[in-house]
Amino acid sequence: MHEMSITQGVVEICESTAAGRRVLSVVLEIGELSNVIPEAVEFCFEACTKDSGLEGARLTIERIPGRGRCRECAEEFAVKAYYGSCPSCGGYHVDIISGEELRVKELEVE
Amino acid sequence: MCTTCGCGPAEHHHHDHDHGHDHKHEHDHSHHDDNTHEHDHGNEHRHHHKVDTTAKSITVETDILAKNNRLAAGNRTLFTSKGVFVLNLVSSPGSGKTTILERTLRDLNGTFAFAVIEGDQQTDNDAMRIAATGVPVKQVNTGAGCHLDAHMVCHAVENFDMDNLDILLIENVGNLVCPASFDLGENHKVVVLSVTEGEDKPLKYPSMFHNADVMLLNKVDLLPHIDFDAEKCKAFARRVNPDILIFDVSSKTGEGMNAWYEWLGAGARKSR
Repeated sequence: MHEMSITQGVVEICESTAAGRRVLSVVLEIGELSNVIPEAVEFCFEACTKDSGLEGARLTIERIPGRGRCRECAEEFAVKAYYGSCPSCGGYHVDIISGEELRVKELEVE
Repeated sequence: MCTTCGCGPAEHHHHDHDHGHDHKHEHDHSHHDDNTHEHDHGNEHRHHHKVDTTAKSITVETDILAKNNRLAAGNRTLFTSKGVFVLNLVSSPGSGKTTILERTLRDLNGTFAFAVIEGDQQTDNDAMRIAATGVPVKQVNTGAGCHLDAHMVCHAVENFDMDNLDILLIENVGNLVCPASFDLGENHKVVVLSVTEGEDKPLKYPSMFHNADVMLLNKVDLLPHIDFDAEKCKAFARRVNPDILIFDVSSKTGEGMNAWYEWLGAGARKSR
């Protein structure tokens, strides 16, 4: 359940960015290959924000789909998991180009 | 408190800052009425003076793991400057990480100067096993935590004589999921998989195998007695990570351990 540490990181980033102002909403970007489950972050968010400047803030999680580029044939394609093979040549040598994001995108403050 | 890594003062600073900052901030606003909302770094408070109070939306775009990554980079700088080769051993519980370490330490202790960090939720059982080999060891109990992070490692190494160390082995908490996301500043992640587990584990837990550079397939002495297709397992691991280096080992009989020792020794000599 490393989502608890991840969510604590979110709270720290938001509090320092908000610099004392109350945070009304937070938008996160979580890639589909990031090894982080959005539902677990939502669950932790309530616990982590209690008695903080984020208490009651609305949490929005934007998912970023996985995409990869084949090292053999340079084809770009959707990657659902790390073991996905290239639909063009069948190779497994795939460089991930998106889907590993784990970011606080934006905040809304009072 | 945290003088070595500098994280503590930063954190304290961070809180103090939050308070003092409130006033300063509002004060500044009457003078800085521009519309810049650029906040690259959540921790760099000084940049926030530009914020317009009428602006409600703030673009952040900060990596959630930035703090851990920063501390890991600090660890890596320390390890490089001291010439220490550092491995982060990860696996599910019971794969034989501690037994691999015990055997490695007994066989190589005269050749290289080792230290070990043991990560477990509770108990110092593993640290006691390592201490019995005569190698310096620091147990880190994560409590409810499911992984080691860079901050824990940065304090654990304060217990070692880094100037006279060749190899630091970090045994992470037995967990094939969470430790994958947390860089500790190591040279390589080494994932241990034993043949008593399912051969499709690399596909079931792809992040860990994707992020590891080396895989130790342990307990191969048991292969004649069980239905485990080692070649299929290795093919799965290479599907997730085509560049992964795989060693077949048995920490019990010593089979295959020499190849692992050669790789370890080569890494240590390169790091000096």
